[in-house]
Amino acid sequence: MDKNSTAPTSRRGVLKCMAWAGTGLVWTVVGGVPRSINLGDEANAAEMAKGADFTFVQISDSHIGFHLEANPDPNATLQAALDRVAKLPKPPAMMLHTGDVTHLSKPAEFDTAQQIMKGSKFETHYIPGEHDVIGDDGKEFFARFGKDASSGGWYSFDQGGVHFVGLVNVLTFEKTKAGALGTDQIAWLEKDLKGHTASTPIVVFAHVPMWPIYPQWGWATDDAPQALAHLQRFGSVTMLNGHIHQVVQKVEGKVTYQTAMSTAFPQPKAGEGPAPGPLKVPADQLRSVIGIREIEITAAKPASVTDTTLA
Amino acid sequence: MTYFLGRRPLAAAVGAVLAVGATGAVGQQLMAAKSAEIDIVNFAFTPQTLTVARGTAVTWDNKDEEPHNIVDVPSDGKPRVFRSGAVDGGEKYTFTFNDPGTYKYICSIHPRMEGTVVVK
Repeated sequence: MDKNSTAPTSRRGVLKCMAWAGTGLVWTVVGGVPRSINLGDEANAAEMAKGADFTFVQISDSHIGFHLEANPDPNATLQAALDRVAKLPKPPAMMLHTGDVTHLSKPAEFDTAQQIMKGSKFETHYIPGEHDVIGDDGKEFFARFGKDASSGGWYSFDQGGVHFVGLVNVLTFEKTKAGALGTDQIAWLEKDLKGHTASTPIVVFAHVPMWPIYPQWGWATDDAPQALAHLQRFGSVTMLNGHIHQVVQKVEGKVTYQTAMSTAFPQPKAGEGPAPGPLKVPADQLRSVIGIREIEITAAKPASVTDTTLA
Repeated sequence: MTYFLGRRPLAAAVGAVLAVGATGAVGQQLMAAKSAEIDIVNFAFTPQTLTVARGTAVTWDNKDEEPHNIVDVPSDGKPRVFRSGAVDGGEKYTFTFNDPGTYKYICSIHPRMEGTVVVK
């Protein structure tokens, strides 16, 4: 397990990720730095859970309503992700859903998503993806999943000694051509963080990656640097994102960036092929490229993140 | 799929009207009725700029597996003229342009997708 905390993505873990077609990632925050756990590797996960201060799960991009070849049944794969979470050796304290809950923002899709999520006993905090705000600026989404949020949709809460900040970076696509937070939200963030000491582990979750993975495909948040300026003084900052349906990680000083798998279907790697969008894989391989993420946070250490496929 | 069934009869109807309504206000209005199509393939509008006559029904045909939408982005504070809902892969959206002008539009889900309809 020690080797896992220094090398969050073991070779075996990567292979597991490749095998699981669904997005789920279990985060364990140990010493302030999350790491992912391969959900299929239960012995490993159990070992990791020993001594963990606080564990939670990230799922993402469930795309309820998608029905094409890349995954004709995203309801089933979301359910499979929740089933996997339910079997984790150490039950997570809660879950985060980092957006694209639905595919087309239709009320019936939100209804279905709510029904499936109700089957999980874990409290879940949501933030919208661009697929959740089509045509109505998120009205349907926030009515169902944004009850604790500010008028702009963003919010924060404290749990397990960690300060969680949910940001909305999908409402200004038309103007910014990429993810963006906007000045109001950044001003709110500055204020929100003020009351917290630098030793408080911070977990920021938002849909679009908070660093420029591939701006040509919109895999970036334009004004993320302005938000980061307010986060720099903290000893442990973990950015959890979705949107790109694959695990990409980056460490920059005390800030760790992590995108998660989808629970529905994968997407191509940055720049591979003409455009992003659903990547078709043989049906019997789908669950090896979707998954969940577990995050473990322990005071004064980087959070550890374990990504596990649904295979 | 839904829109596809409706388009052919429309074209036929337009043809019939053109034959009958050669004169008068009604005839002029209907003579202007035409249709044109813009394909959406690989996150791009093709053609990117389409020029049509007033009264043309323009249909966007989403051939991607990803949903897109078609959102007018007016300049100079003008009001928005058209905004589709989500057009899923395999679906279409039609808007009839009755007023001359240059209409720039995007997919607000993938805002780097841009197109223009010029109505003469």
